[in-house]
Amino acid sequence: MVDTSVSKSPTSGHDYNDDVVRLFTLATIFWGVVGFTVGLLIALQLAFPGLNIEPYLNFGRLRPVHTSAVIFAFGGSALFATSYYIVQRTCGVRLWGGCLAKFTFWGYQLFIVMAALGYVLGVTQGKEYAEPEWYVDLWLTVVWVAYLLVFFMTLVKRKESHIYVANWFFLSFIVTVAILHLCNNLVIPVDFLGAKSYAVPSGVQSAMIQWWYGHNAVGFFLTSGFLGMMYYFIPKRAERPIYSYRLSILHFWSLIFIYIWAGPHHLHYTALPDWAQTLGMTFSIMLWMPSWGGMINGVMTLSGAWHKLSRDPVLQFMIVGLAFYGMSTFEGPLMSIKSVNSLSHYTDWTIGHVHSGALGWNGFITFGALYYLVPKLWGREKLYSMKLVSLHLWVATIGIVLYIAAMWVSGIMQGLMWRSYDDMGFLEYSFVESVMAMHPFYVIRALGGLLFVAGSLIMAYNFWRTIRGDVKEDEYKNENQPAAVKGELV
Amino acid sequence: MNFLRKHEKLERNSVLLLIFAILAVLVGGIVEIVPLFRSETVVNPVGQVRPYTPLELVGYNIYIREGCYVCHSQQIRPLRDEVARYGHYSLAAESMYDHPFQWGSKRTGPDLARVGGKYSDDWHVAHMKDPRGVVPESIMPPYSFLSKRAAKIDDLDKHLKALRIVGVPYTDEMVENAKDDAMAQAYGEDRMDIDGLVERYGEDVNARDFDGQPDLISEMDALIAYMQVLGTMVDFSAAENVEEGAL
Repeated sequence: MVDTSVSKSPTSGHDYNDDVVRLFTLATIFWGVVGFTVGLLIALQLAFPGLNIEPYLNFGRLRPVHTSAVIFAFGGSALFATSYYIVQRTCGVRLWGGCLAKFTFWGYQLFIVMAALGYVLGVTQGKEYAEPEWYVDLWLTVVWVAYLLVFFMTLVKRKESHIYVANWFFLSFIVTVAILHLCNNLVIPVDFLGAKSYAVPSGVQSAMIQWWYGHNAVGFFLTSGFLGMMYYFIPKRAERPIYSYRLSILHFWSLIFIYIWAGPHHLHYTALPDWAQTLGMTFSIMLWMPSWGGMINGVMTLSGAWHKLSRDPVLQFMIVGLAFYGMSTFEGPLMSIKSVNSLSHYTDWTIGHVHSGALGWNGFITFGALYYLVPKLWGREKLYSMKLVSLHLWVATIGIVLYIAAMWVSGIMQGLMWRSYDDMGFLEYSFVESVMAMHPFYVIRALGGLLFVAGSLIMAYNFWRTIRGDVKEDEYKNENQPAAVKGELV
Repeated sequence: MNFLRKHEKLERNSVLLLIFAILAVLVGGIVEIVPLFRSETVVNPVGQVRPYTPLELVGYNIYIREGCYVCHSQQIRPLRDEVARYGHYSLAAESMYDHPFQWGSKRTGPDLARVGGKYSDDWHVAHMKDPRGVVPESIMPPYSFLSKRAAKIDDLDKHLKALRIVGVPYTDEMVENAKDDAMAQAYGEDRMDIDGLVERYGEDVNARDFDGQPDLISEMDALIAYMQVLGTMVDFSAAENVEEGAL
């Protein structure tokens, strides 16, 4: 068991509550490995359907385990850890609320376990990324209110006069997720002693609310919160101030205002009224600008420090993460255009798009943050091995490239096969022929996933050794190098 | 810069920042969602769509429980190839009693919005038990356990009541007879009186032993009853005639 009971921050000497940050950091590593592994398993199930074990380990039940483990368990724990770490340091005060912070940890872990157990046993609301049933949702509401209180009250009692930009993003993430969660989970339980409930809205209304929720789970959970990480860890690691203060303001307000409109692009050509589809498409295209504004603000923070990028794999993780962010936030608006969407919707292209964002952006910015945090949190001078960080970076990057390239090809192929006609004007392919054509790409995708899992195991090993206090001495032997090189390894 | 100085107020005041952030995120949602609750602007009344029978409702819940929506859509878009492959594009009214909707977002398998009546019950049973026994190239997981499990029909009245609260027009009679109607539908008219069921849910309701096990009302019965009604409630030949007449 790893010791998490260092009471004072070993580096700063401030009285920060880092116990809870350490707990969430460990949870992030653990759930990351679990979530990626379940992803690999279900990828293999699509390539080799014999791997389904009915009823509990069928694809339909495991898929929400994968998505929830990665988004809410891995991503959520990372957001808790980093927001708690950052808000204390940028406000110059200890986390508000004493034990309440620790309650958010155990409460959130309980939420994850209850949700995942439910999926495997068949307890689900049947809405993507909002599968947990009403009693789990109620519990999460309690935990989330506690989170909002801890975070917000820490802001209120801050010693710094200004609220740092990273905290704007975290605050909007926490409060918007609360609104989304409450509105999308309005249900009537069948029986207060049973798990089953029925959603209040139906049909079109339920679809619109679900994808307003679903897209903003991406926009606020997976974007706004992770941009909070970016705005702290990239300047810290590069030891440069954020590129443009004005751009941060523009980025923040335009991003949160525009994102919320984009949901209907999940419902193009459906029974949703046309005006809503068009509105969703328009705002999705507009969203390209704030997204790239944020990316540029992050990347340009390296101005005058580009040499660090070539030698520091931790910084490389963050910047490659931003590059994937830029790529997927360009691809997203493209796919939201109705004519493009008519081809891409319902296909693997969407899956590839999501994963370039999730693996590339959320994964890499988190890995970068973790590599920065772990030595600091456990009072170690440096990571066990920088070479392993570099290895992780390359193994994971190759994994992502295999994954998204396979899904581009299979998705576009699927879309084209479905709409292709023979000379007589009949559909050329039966549905199952399109399924058969996917097989090689599903195998390649699984291979990409395997590499990504392998990378996360390398990271876990590196952290285990770092926390134990080990240092791979031969790697750091050449410390009598030019000062610039030495500085980066600290 | 003037706007920077104004923005400074927000950066120095956490309560103001919180309020402005909430306002910024509320606008889009309100504009896009609230009008949809004036349902006459959203759902053209078709008149032929009825609430699910109790047995179909059990099937709908199994469909959700097993995560079928993860791989199958129920939303045919008005695109030439989709109409050719799956049938008439989906109408808003067809999912008006789905709490929540099951439109899906991915077609790892084909769309199911109009699967009702396309295959025989026997085909469905064989396909659920061993998908690759029927379609060798299929990658669907097997669901043979559904044949062995009894469908839970004892508490169906509670389900109908809950759905009535959220707006599904189940009558008192439907609620009282929920369990009997489920049994009647799964046994069929050879073994039970189905007049009440037909009276309540219409003449087109499928009442028969779906899974080939006459003595057990299994989850397979329920799921197939649900699948066989999908997309069959609206008579599109009639609808087209109306449209032509209107021209």
